[in-house]
Amino acid sequence: MSDLIRLSAAELAERIAAKEVSAVEAAQAHLDRIAEVDGAVHAFLHVGTEAALASAALVDEQIAAGQRVSALAGVPLALKDVFTTSDMPTTCGSKILEGWRPPYDATVTTRLRAAGITILGKTNMDEFAMGSSTEHSAYGPTRNPWDLSRIPGGSGGGSAAALAAFEAPLAIGTDTGGSIRQPAAVTGTVGVKPTYGGVSRYGLVACASSLDQGGPCARTVLDAALLHEVIGGHDPLDSTSIDAPVPSVVEAARLGASGDLSGLRVGVVKELGGEGYQPGVRASFDEGLQRLEKLGAEIVEVSCPHFEYGMAAYYLILPSEVSSNLARFDAMRYGLRVQEGASAEEVMALTREAGFGPEVKRRIILGTYALSSGYYDAYYGQAQKVRTLISRDFAAAFAKADVLVSPTAPTTAFPIGEKVDDPLAMYLNDLATIPTNLAGVAGMSVPSGLAAEDGLPVGLQIMAPALGEAVMYRVGAAFEASRVADEGLLIAPEVAK
Amino acid sequence: MSPDSGAISRDEVAHLARLARLAVTDDELDTFAGQLDVILGSVARVGEVAAEDIPPTSHAVPLENVFRPDELRPGLTQEQALAGAPAAEDGRFRVPRILGEEQ
Repeated sequence: MSDLIRLSAAELAERIAAKEVSAVEAAQAHLDRIAEVDGAVHAFLHVGTEAALASAALVDEQIAAGQRVSALAGVPLALKDVFTTSDMPTTCGSKILEGWRPPYDATVTTRLRAAGITILGKTNMDEFAMGSSTEHSAYGPTRNPWDLSRIPGGSGGGSAAALAAFEAPLAIGTDTGGSIRQPAAVTGTVGVKPTYGGVSRYGLVACASSLDQGGPCARTVLDAALLHEVIGGHDPLDSTSIDAPVPSVVEAARLGASGDLSGLRVGVVKELGGEGYQPGVRASFDEGLQRLEKLGAEIVEVSCPHFEYGMAAYYLILPSEVSSNLARFDAMRYGLRVQEGASAEEVMALTREAGFGPEVKRRIILGTYALSSGYYDAYYGQAQKVRTLISRDFAAAFAKADVLVSPTAPTTAFPIGEKVDDPLAMYLNDLATIPTNLAGVAGMSVPSGLAAEDGLPVGLQIMAPALGEAVMYRVGAAFEASRVADEGLLIAPEVAK
Repeated sequence: MSPDSGAISRDEVAHLARLARLAVTDDELDTFAGQLDVILGSVARVGEVAAEDIPPTSHAVPLENVFRPDELRPGLTQEQALAGAPAAEDGRFRVPRILGEEQ
């Protein structure tokens, strides 16, 4: 294995800027790694070898010419296949978009390119970001590098697995109910869901528009912060984009790494972490609390009584938005079309039947039900009121604590196939991550260690108020520095090929 | 049927699938009806929350309408817009028959 692929993004960028390593060499080392292990891991749906090398060569030229380059110039990245790319297919893990070449780049894609980041390819995901295991991809599951018989989380399992397998030091995900944080937890990587509106949704194919949020994924908190500052910030092309400066997360991560959290109040959410959590997850969380206390933080218990209704509200609001958003896949303007010659309505129904997988269909039907007249008030309307109460719970908790913490996911990575036919069991994976999406606040997952019973990674979730990312990164970086000093980085075993 | 009665029937699922333009198979109807029944039974819990006087939230971040100057800006060319079309003709999307024979 080339040493280059073991470096953090920050280290790699420094070496590239110092001309010790070329961006092309960095890209090639990761492309070689993908060729070596991705047959087993299946993190990528598409690898753009030529475009990646061309982009890297441009960075090398700029550096050779003495031009100023960005803090991540030449660093390779894996992009979730839900962001449009004009030079690569964008499938969202769905057959209905197989081979689709978008005519434009997402704002996130544009910003990555502008920063000279090398986009290696597009990563696998649950179809249209609906799932917690990446088993709902129409192109086959991604495997967890820690144990190839297990799931890498979802929906962004491809992005998280690419990091854990050292196929890329940076990745982009999207988080609607936990799709960045839960994969990060079960692969031993870092994943951040920014404040809603913090990263542009332009060119992010919609799942549930009021919940979707793109964000950075990496192996270290500092790398996530560096990437966050590249992709974050106001975008006039997204009407829900927040018109405010990006929080200074890089500075916060550097400050946090010094390890002092004195004066900071960390709230433990009473309702997240009790029943249904695997013993090793619970134990790792408790150790994490002791660590935070050792770093000087004051641990306070907070109660968020409506969080227990979060999952119910989420699985009414999300399918409702999904049923509306996915109506655009109508076989008329782009994407799959089957049964030429029939009426438009038949073509639509047959195409959607052929192009969507079971989880997408379930959620479309559920959403259609929740929005039906007669049920609207009892389901969708009531769920929106619960959403208000969850936001109020957060507000009350943030009055008592600077950040809130919980285990990110109730279990470690489970075996592929275990929950794929039991939708409700699958939904429970996002129990602890859903409330932040409903309230639009920020959340991240950082590795907290390995579970004693199975030796698999566990994640600590840190939540902060809207636009409170700086304090979240500070706590994440302090926690990471302390844990790594004691136990070392979590490194997945070498992938068996 | 009130949501309290819980069950969603196979016929209801078939009706919803038609509304959503999904030509689901009989096998799928059998599977989905059972699964949706379980899911609905679980999400119906939102009804336990006393929230009569609580305003609904559709968006977590309060936003006002966003306007921009009404100026001409470059967009997709006709060729780009049609590039992903399943069928195109004379610079337009070619779509299947929309009206029924009898209409």
